[in-house]
Amino acid sequence: MKTKTRRTALALVGGAVSIGLLLTGCSPSSGGGGTQGPVSQDDIDEAMTTPTKLTFWTWVPDIENEVELFEEKYPAIDVTVENVGQGLPHYQKLRSAIEAGEGAPDVAQIEYQYIPSFVLNESLLDLTAFGGDDLAGDYVDWAWNQVSPDDEVWAIPQDVGPMGNLYREDILAQAGITTPPATWDEYATAAQTVKTATGSYISNLGATQAGQMIGFFWQAGAKPFGYDGGETVTIDVNSEEAKKVAAYWTDLIQKDLVSTDVDFQDEWYQGLASGKYAGWLTAAWGPIFLQGTAEDTSGLWRASSLPQWQAGDEISGNWGGSSDAVLESSENPIAAYELAKFINNDEESAMRLATEQFLFPPQVSVLEDPAFVDQESEFYGGQKVNQLFAEISDTVDTDFQWLPFMDYVYSTYEETMGTVIADKGDISAALDDWQDQLVTYAEDQGFTVE
Amino acid sequence: MTHAPALSGERTITPSPPRRTNLAKRKQRLAAYLFLLPFFVVFVAMLVVPLVYAGYLSLFESKLIGGEVFAGFANYARAITDPAFLGGLGRVALFFVVQVPIMLGLALFFALALDSARAHGSKAVRMLIYMPYAVPAVVATLMWGYLYGPDFGPIAQIARAVGFGTPDFLAPESILGAMMNIVTWEFVGYNMIIMYAALRSIPAELYEAAEIDGAGQFRLAWSVKIPAIRPAILLTVIFSVIGSFQLFAEPSLLNAIAPDAITNAFTPNYYAYNLAFINQELNYAAAIAFLLGIVIAVVSYVVQLGEQRRERREMRMS
Repeated sequence: MKTKTRRTALALVGGAVSIGLLLTGCSPSSGGGGTQGPVSQDDIDEAMTTPTKLTFWTWVPDIENEVELFEEKYPAIDVTVENVGQGLPHYQKLRSAIEAGEGAPDVAQIEYQYIPSFVLNESLLDLTAFGGDDLAGDYVDWAWNQVSPDDEVWAIPQDVGPMGNLYREDILAQAGITTPPATWDEYATAAQTVKTATGSYISNLGATQAGQMIGFFWQAGAKPFGYDGGETVTIDVNSEEAKKVAAYWTDLIQKDLVSTDVDFQDEWYQGLASGKYAGWLTAAWGPIFLQGTAEDTSGLWRASSLPQWQAGDEISGNWGGSSDAVLESSENPIAAYELAKFINNDEESAMRLATEQFLFPPQVSVLEDPAFVDQESEFYGGQKVNQLFAEISDTVDTDFQWLPFMDYVYSTYEETMGTVIADKGDISAALDDWQDQLVTYAEDQGFTVE
Repeated sequence: MTHAPALSGERTITPSPPRRTNLAKRKQRLAAYLFLLPFFVVFVAMLVVPLVYAGYLSLFESKLIGGEVFAGFANYARAITDPAFLGGLGRVALFFVVQVPIMLGLALFFALALDSARAHGSKAVRMLIYMPYAVPAVVATLMWGYLYGPDFGPIAQIARAVGFGTPDFLAPESILGAMMNIVTWEFVGYNMIIMYAALRSIPAELYEAAEIDGAGQFRLAWSVKIPAIRPAILLTVIFSVIGSFQLFAEPSLLNAIAPDAITNAFTPNYYAYNLAFINQELNYAAAIAFLLGIVIAVVSYVVQLGEQRRERREMRMS
C-alpha cells in the first residue's frame, strides 16, 4: 500500500505541475490525466501551434525521417528521438523512469505483448479522449484489438508480424517437392524427404523463441493468455490446442528433422546462409530480415503461407510487431498523441515506414496500396512477397491477448520449454511446467488466476 | 596494501618521527583529509547510499497487484531456503575452488618466470599475458562464445577435421568449465602483474644471502620469493573471491548462445538481476544482493584469517 500512496502523491504532484504548465502554456481545458472529456479541435489547434518539446523513445532505425515530416507539418513542435535499446533494455529503462517519476518520454514504442504490463501500472494514457477510437477502421482488426482490447485505446499500431513460410525452392526441388507443404501433415512428410534427399533441416525451431511458438499457438486457436485490465488473468498455456502444437514439434525434433538452434545468433545466421535450414517459419518482417542475412542465396528463396492444421483453411498467427503509446506522465498529451498518430497514420509517413524501414504495415490503406503490394522482390525470385503477407494478415485470428508480465512469461519459457526443446525432450510436459510456474507467479503477485 | 608485513621485524624498527610544531602537523592532517575527500564523496554516494537503500528495499515486499508492504526479514528467510539462490551460490563456490587455484597458479608461475630474468623477450611476454585483461569482459565473452560454437566455431571445426567429433563446450555440463576458461584467460595477466610488482620490490640482499647459502632458482622461488610476496598473493585471492562470487557478465552473455545451459539463477548476481528486471521482484533481488555481499565478506574474512594464523604460527616457529 505504501507505494500506492507514494505513487498517488507523485501523480498528484505530477498532475499539478503539468496543469500548472498547461495553464501558463496552453489551454486550461486540457488536463494532464486521461480522465477528462473529449479534446476539441480548438484545443488541438492550440496545442499544435504552441512551442512544445516532445521526447520519443523508439528503436526503429531512421525514424527521424518520419519525425521530420511531422515537424514540417507542425513547426512549433520539437521532437527528440532517443534510442535507449531494443526490446527488454528499452522496457527496463521505461519502467525505471516511470517508477522514478521523471525522465520518461512523451511517446514510447511498445510491442503489443507489453502493452498490458504498462496498462497495469497505469502508465499509458487512454487515447479515446483525443479521438483515438476514430482510427479503429484504419487498421486490420486483429492489430487494432492488440492496442484496444476493450473500450480504451492504449497505443497506435506501428507494425505487425503475421506469420508465413520462407523456404529454399532449390533445396525443396532437389528433394522433389515443387509446391510448398499446404498442411502440417504434408510439412512433416516433406521434412523427412528433404532430410533424406539433401541433409538439410526443413526448418529450425529456435529453442528459446517464445514468440515463434506463441505464434504457432495463435494459429492453432489456443488462447494461452488473458487479462481483464484489472486484477484477473487467464493462464492456459497447456491447453489442448497448445498440446497439439507441442506434440507435433516434439515428433519432428525427436526424429531430427527440425533443428533447435538458438535463433538470431551467429550459428543460426550461418545456418540460414549455408542451407542448413531449408526454410524459416517466420513473420512478415522476416523476408527483409533474411534478405540482409543470407545475401548470397538471393533468388533461391520463396514465400508461402503457413502450413494449415486443416486442409483448405487459411489461418495464421502473429509474431512480433509494435505500437507507439503516449505516457500518462506526458505534460503535452495532445501533441504527444498527434505525434504517435502521425507517425503511424499519416499516409506518407506510414508508407515510408513500410517501404523504407520495412516495418510490415497494420494499416489497411497501405496494405491495399499498389506501391506497396506490387513490389517484386528479387531475393524471392521476383515474387510479390508483400502481397502475400498482406493477404496472410487478413487471416490472423483477431482475438489474442497477453499477460501483464510478459518478461516473466518469456523468461520462464526459456527455463522450461527452451531447455526441453534443446534436449529433444517432450515439449508437452514442459508446457505443464510452464503453466505451473506462471500460475504460481501470478498468484504470488496478487492476481486472481482463472 | 603494503608488502611490509611480510618482512616482519622491519616494521618494529621504524624510527620515531622528528618533532614538528603542532601547526605544521595540523596542516598536514588537513591536507591528508582533503586528498581523501573525493574518495569518500564517491564512496558514500556510490556505495554507502545505494547499500543503505538496498537494505531498506530488502525489508519490503512488493507485488504487481497490491503494492508494497513491510515484510521484515521475510525476503531473507525466503532466500536462505531458495534452491535457485543456493544452487547459484554452490556453482560460484565450485567455480572459486577450481578456477582460482589454476588462475593464480599460472599467474604466479609467469610472474616468477619473468622475474627470474631467464626468459627471453620478457617484456613482450608480459604484454602478451597481460593483454586479455585490457579486453572488456563483454568482448571477451562474445569472442569465446564464437570460438566455442559447435557448427562454425574454429575449435569444433579443427576437432572435426582431425576426427575428434564435435566438442560441446556450451552444453549444460560443460558450460561452467567453458566459463572458467574465459575468466582465467582474462585475469591471469592482471594477477601476474600484481605478483610481479611485488617480486620486484624484494630487496636484492635477500637473494645474495640465499645464494651465499647455496640456493638455486627453485629453492630461491620457494623459500624466499613466494613467502616474501605472500601479502600480494593474498590480495589476488581476495580479489578472486569477490570476482568469482560476483560472476555476471559471462553467464548473462553466454545465456544468449546457450540458453538451455544457463538458467536465470546460474550465479547469484545474475539471479538478482533477473529477479529485479524480469520478475519485477526488486525487493527480493535486494535481499539476494545483500546476502551475497555478506557471503563474500565472510569468505574474504576467512581467507584473510587463515593467512594471519599461518603467519603467526610461522613467526612462533622461527
